[in-house]
Amino acid sequence: MRYLCVIYDGEQTMAGMSKEEGEAFMGEYFAFTDGIKKSGHYIGGEALQPVATATSVRIRNGKLSTTAGPFAETKEQLGGYYLINARDLNDAIQVAAKTPSARTGAVEIRPIVEFDMPA
Amino acid sequence: MSTGRFKAIDVLRRRARFDRAAAALAKSLDVTASSAEADVDAEEVEDDRLRLIFTCCHPALSGDAQLALTLREVCGLTTEEIGHAFLTDPRTIAQRIVRAKGKIRDARIPYQMPSRTELPDRLDTVLRVIYLVFNEGYSASSGEALTRQGLSGEAIRLGRLLVELLAEPEASGLLALMLLQESRRAARTSEDGVLILLADQDRSRWDRALIAEGATRLEQALASRRIGPYTLQAAIGAAHAHADTAEATDWQTIVALYDIMLRLDASPVMQLNRAAAVSMRDGPAEGLVLIETLLAAGELDDYHLAHSARADVCRRLGRTADARASYARALALTRQGPERRFLERRLAELI
Repeated sequence: MRYLCVIYDGEQTMAGMSKEEGEAFMGEYFAFTDGIKKSGHYIGGEALQPVATATSVRIRNGKLSTTAGPFAETKEQLGGYYLINARDLNDAIQVAAKTPSARTGAVEIRPIVEFDMPA
Repeated sequence: MSTGRFKAIDVLRRRARFDRAAAALAKSLDVTASSAEADVDAEEVEDDRLRLIFTCCHPALSGDAQLALTLREVCGLTTEEIGHAFLTDPRTIAQRIVRAKGKIRDARIPYQMPSRTELPDRLDTVLRVIYLVFNEGYSASSGEALTRQGLSGEAIRLGRLLVELLAEPEASGLLALMLLQESRRAARTSEDGVLILLADQDRSRWDRALIAEGATRLEQALASRRIGPYTLQAAIGAAHAHADTAEATDWQTIVALYDIMLRLDASPVMQLNRAAAVSMRDGPAEGLVLIETLLAAGELDDYHLAHSARADVCRRLGRTADARASYARALALTRQGPERRFLERRLAELI
C-alpha cells in the first residue's frame, strides 16, 4: 500500500544550523533515503524550496488570483515528501519515524487513494 | 458475550501450563507454534485477544475512539451501554466506532501485535485506555453515582487479561493500582450518598481479597526492577491499604514514593497529591505553602480537588474564612453528586 509521508519542519531549524550541522543533517537524509531504497519502501521523494518561494493560485468567480506565500501560514512548513510503499500503517510509521525531521518537526502519513481506473 | 470471554480466559489458563520449551523450540525453528503442539486453540485465542486490544488502542486512533472501540470490541459492551457510561449520545459513540473502523481499513492499521521495538510506546496507550475506563467507573467525572462498578469491573478484567497475556511490569502495576483502589469502593460513600475521605473511611469495609491480590501484583511489578508510574501509584495505594488506622499511615514512605513519582511525571496533579501527603507528614502549614504555590501557577485553577485540598489544610489550621472560600470554589467546580454533598456538609460545619 502506498503512503505519502509529508514532512513539516521549521525552516529556522535548518537556517539556524552551522555549516557542519547542516551538512550532517543532509547526510542523515541521504542515508535515510538510501536505507528506504534498499528496504524497498522508496517510490519517490523530493525536498522543497523554502515557503518564501511559494505561490498560491485560486480561481474565484472565474478570475485568477495569484498570491505570494503558502496556502496556510503555520509554525512548521511543508518542506518535502516521500512517497513510500509499506505493508501497513505500522510499517509506514517505522519508516516515518526514521526521517531525520521526525526529531525536529513532524511527518504526516497519508494513505494514497487507489482509484480503479479503466485500462 | 461473557460466556465467550470466560471461555477465552479458561483457554488462556490452560495455555499458561503449555510447555514453554515447545514454544521456544518452535520459534527457533521459525515455524508457528500452532504446528508444533496440540494447544492450537489456546495459542490462537491468546494471540487474537492481544491483537484485538492492541488494534483497538492503536495510537493512530483518537483517544475517544480507542476507548469506544475497546469497550465495544474487547469488552463486548453495546454502544448504548458505552454512551450511558460516558454520558454521551449512543449515536455519537456509534459514529466514533464507525469512523475508527474506517481508519483501520483505509489507513490499513494491521491486526497484529506490536514488534518488540514498538511495544513500550504501544503498551502505554493500552494501559492509559484501561485506566481511563477504570477511573470513569470509579469516580465518574459527573453524575449522581460516584462509582460505576460496571466500568471498573471491565477495566480490572482487561487488566487481568493483559497480565495473563503479557509479562510486562507496568501491566501488573496498573492491575495492582486498580485492585487497591477498587478495594475501598464500599467504604467511599455513605448510605445517604456522601463521599467519605480516605482518613474517615471504615477500614473494616475494605475488601481484603482485592488488597491481597493487588499486593501480589505489586510485588510482581516491583520484582522486575523496571518501575513505572502505575507501579509507583500502586505502591502508594498499598501503603494506605496496609495501615490499620488513618493515624498509622506511613506518610514518610508515601511522600518518598511521590518524590520518585515526580521524576517520572511532574504534572501539577501529581505535585498536588504530594503536597497533600506532605500536609499529613509535616503538618497543614507546610502543605498549604506547597498547595498555594501550585495554585498560583494557574494550571490547577479549574481543578476542584486543588481547591478542596487547600480548603482542607485551611480548615485544619483554623482559618475558617479561607477554608469556606476554597470549599465554595471546589463546590462550584465539581459535577459529582456525592462530592457535592460532601463539600456542602463541610461548608455547613464551618459556620
